Parts: sequence; structure tokens; C-alpha cells
Amino acid sequence: MNLYGVRAIYRFEMARTGRTLMQSVLSPVVSTSLYFVVFGSAIGSRMTSIEGVSYAAFLVPGLVMLSLLMQSVSNASFGIYFPKFVGTIYEVHSAPLSYIEVLMGYVGAAATKATIVGLIILGTARLFVDYSIAHPAVMVLFLVMTTVTFSLFGFIIGIWADNFEKLQVVPLMVITPLTFLGGSFYPIHVLPPLWQKVTLVNPVVYLISGFRWSFYGLADVNVGISVGATLGFLALCLAGVWWIFRTGWRLKA
Amino acid sequence: MQNETAAGVAHGDPVIEVRGLDKTYEGGFKALKGINLTVRRGEILALLGPNGAGKTTLISIICGIVNPGNGTVVVDGHDIIRDWRKTRTIIGLVPQELKTDAFESVWSTVRFSRGLFGKAPDDAYLEQLLKDLSLWDKRDAKILMLSGGMKRRVMIAKALSHQPTVLFLDEPTAGVDVELRRDMWAMVRRLRESGVTIILTTHYIEEAEDMADRVGVINKGELIVVEEKTALMQKLGKKQLRLQLNEPIDGLPESLSAYALDLNDARDELVYTYDTQHERTGITSLLRDLSAAGIGFKDLSTRQDSLEQIFVDLVKEGA
Repeated sequence: MNLYGVRAIYRFEMARTGRTLMQSVLSPVVSTSLYFVVFGSAIGSRMTSIEGVSYAAFLVPGLVMLSLLMQSVSNASFGIYFPKFVGTIYEVHSAPLSYIEVLMGYVGAAATKATIVGLIILGTARLFVDYSIAHPAVMVLFLVMTTVTFSLFGFIIGIWADNFEKLQVVPLMVITPLTFLGGSFYPIHVLPPLWQKVTLVNPVVYLISGFRWSFYGLADVNVGISVGATLGFLALCLAGVWWIFRTGWRLKA
Repeated sequence: MQNETAAGVAHGDPVIEVRGLDKTYEGGFKALKGINLTVRRGEILALLGPNGAGKTTLISIICGIVNPGNGTVVVDGHDIIRDWRKTRTIIGLVPQELKTDAFESVWSTVRFSRGLFGKAPDDAYLEQLLKDLSLWDKRDAKILMLSGGMKRRVMIAKALSHQPTVLFLDEPTAGVDVELRRDMWAMVRRLRESGVTIILTTHYIEEAEDMADRVGVINKGELIVVEEKTALMQKLGKKQLRLQLNEPIDGLPESLSAYALDLNDARDELVYTYDTQHERTGITSLLRDLSAAGIGFKDLSTRQDSLEQIFVDLVKEGA
């Protein structure tokens, strides 16, 4: 096991965050704060509470989940795409590093960053909204599972992308709609019956539902199913990464 | 004619052995065709060849950047596929193109490289390395602030950061100024004295002539020849005899038409090209026939073909 190598990649990626603090930490915090102000305080004060939880508090898990997903995907995809783009990836290929170790470095750093941003947003939310966390251990479990899973997903996107547009398109065109339609802003039982069924194919529904359950004991789907679905998506991403590494797809000639 | 055994001077045991290596890229381009090559421990081997000949592909396979086709590569007794971790720890690579992390400092990028190759931090070694490469003053500078030559030095520092015993330099002096080139060759010599095996590719044939112990020529994916540099020059080299004439002549007399003679524009110098490998070089009879024709000369000199000429001839033959 080349732990020095894993550490080198991890530190390199974390140092990049330090250099781009505005972009990687401040901007998600600011944009999420805007959601809290607009939807939580301004509009939320006119909304009825949902099963005893105020609308502003109801929003918190969904919005944290939104930034966890965005951060994980964009950090991980950029982290592996950039060395491919500038050509420094040659060094990683020529180093005595297994793919697992490369993955640990890049995905570990991306998940760490996303977790940190998620926690900062959770802390910021406290300034606007009074919320409580009923099951902290489950909350942390979802936090970690989500950041790891979506960092893996981002890693795949970073390897797949061969230009900057492709890098942007998945977070914008896939993650954002799935999150908005995945119950960040509403419980899915307010949807018409047909759409309640359709929405269940959206994997983000399970993440948000499970995450929200850890806060308020309030869920769209059973929390066990949420954990299962998240683990399923994790397994899917691992399989994707395994296939890429086995075939050298878009990595090696 | 892949004979590489005869040449004599024993350098050391083989440190890299390439056997029957093929590589066909996805598009169907055959970059390497059955390469056999032995690199000896502690030598400097120069690989020459025109663009697209397969030099970089060969290096990239040995370093683990490109997947090999058929054939085997063994580095220091370890197969590059089975024992990849060991072989990659041994090898350092300076690629042809400048590929650096623009926003990193020199110091952090070199520390990164060392870690990547699984070595514990050793700041004293890295400090000495940067000093040797005249980079110590620039250690805190971001790489994007450096000149092209300085970036090249950073690439070398990265490649040496994990103390490799086999170093690949892929066209290290392309686009490099005279001073850096001189520094670089001084460093290559020092590395070689410390026992590092060096494989370099270059377009500057005089460098190969100057630096290398052995020279390999690759063309169209095939290794045409690998030979001790001196032996290669002797074996394949043509020599020229130059005769400074007493007075200009109008043209070559009939009696001399059998010789490969060239008259210069000023018509006062004759150049005779001959093959050193032939039993008879023809010099004696030429001189005799010259005096019979009444052509006198005041001075003569001989000149051996440069490696460049040999290279050009070889590649032409292969075509």
C-alpha cells in the first residue's frame, strides 16, 4: 500500500481548496444562505408547517443535501479532470500507485471537502432557522455515504469528460433537477398520485428523505429503504469505477 | 539487424530487457513492431529516430503510461506488469512536453512527486536536488511564473524526487537554451557517475554523439540498430579524404572517373568518400592515379562521418 502516494494526492487536492476558498467554500455557503432567506424566512413564514415541522426547518436537510451533491460531484470531477486536461496525469500513471490508491486520494479529498462545506452550511442555517437533529449518528451516516457516493460519481464524470462543457453539464442538467424534483422543497405526498410514483425512480428522493428523517423523524420513504437505495447507488458507482480501471477507458492508450 | 551483443565493452548487467514488444494503438496504428532492447546498468543510451518513430511509445510503455501490446519488459529483474509497483519505484521520467501544475509552488510540487512515488519525506535531499538544478531560489515561486527553461528544470526535479536508479529523458533539450543544456548534461554526467542508468531521446544528434555510451536508432516502430557509439561510427561511418590542390583544375580527367570524387566550386579541392569497412579503401591507387594525371596537392585531411550522417543514412535505408 502506497500510503505516501495517497497522502500526496489527498493533500494536493485539499491545498487546492485552500487556494480557491472563495469559489469552493464561500460561494456554496452564500447561495444556500440565499435559499434560507428567500424560501425559509420570506416565503416560509407564510407556509403551513409540515407534520409539525416549520417550513424553514423542513428545508434545511434538503438544501444541505443539494450542496453535498453539487460539491461532491464538482470537486471530484474537477480533481481528476484537471490533471488530464493539463497533462500532469502522466505522473500519476507512472507512479507506483494502484487505482484504489488513486481513488482514495481523489475521492477521499472530494468527499472531505463536500462534508466540510455541508457542515458549514448546516452551521450557517442555524443563523436563519431553528432546527434539531433527532438522530445525529444516522445524519452523519447519510452525510458520509452521500459525499463518498457522489464523489465517486463525480470521479467517473471527470474521467468521461473530455472538455469543460461536459464537466459542467452533469451537475447542471442532472444533479440540480433531480435535487429540486427530489423533495428538497416539498414532501412528495403533496404531489398528484401518479407523480408520487414517478418520483420514486429519482435516487435523490431516497437521500433527502433519509437525511430529513435523521433530523425530524419525518420521511417520504422508509429510512431503511433510503439506506439501501444509497448503498445501491454507491455499489453502482464502484462498479463503474472498477470497469474504468479494468479497461483503462479514457485513461490509458 | 538487431545485433547488440557484439560490441564488446561490458558495462554492467542488464537493467532493462525489452523482448518482442509490440504496440498497436486503437486507430490501428502500429507504433512498435517487435522491439528487442537491452539497457545495461549505468550506461547512457541515446534513442534516435524521426518524429513518430515510436520512441515516446516505447518509453511510455516502460514507465507504465501506455499499456503494452505483446511482448515483455523487465526492469531490474521485475516484470513491468506483474511487479509494476517495484519497477515504477525504480524509474523516473522527464516527459517531452512541459506538463506542470501551474498554480503549485516549486517546493510543493517536488514534495508531491516524492510522495506519489511512495517515498517518505526527505527535505534535505529535495533541498540539495533543487540547489543542483539552480531552483532553490525559486522554491516558493508558482510554476506558472517560471520561464520555459526553469519549468524544464522543475520537470527534472520532479522526476528525480524519488531517487530513481533508471531515468528516462524524452527530448530533454528540445527548446532549451545553451546554458540550460550545458547544465543539464553536467547533471546527467553526475547522475551517471552515481550509478543511475539513463535513457534519452534527442533530435540533437551531436548530443547523442557527445553523451551516449550506446546509440539505438528507431524508425517506423522498429529498432534498426543498437550499438556502442564508437563501434557504430566505425562500422557504418564513411570517411572523407580531402585533398587541397596546388592549383585549380578544369575538371576531372577520364582516368579518375572510377573514383567517388567531388570537386568543390572553387575547383581547388577534391573530396574522396570511402568506406572504412572495405578491405581496400582505394586511397593508394587514387594517389597514384592523381600523380599520373599530373594533379598535385599541397595538403590532405580525413574526416569521419558524424553520427547525424549515419542516422540519416540508416533511416533512409529503412524507408
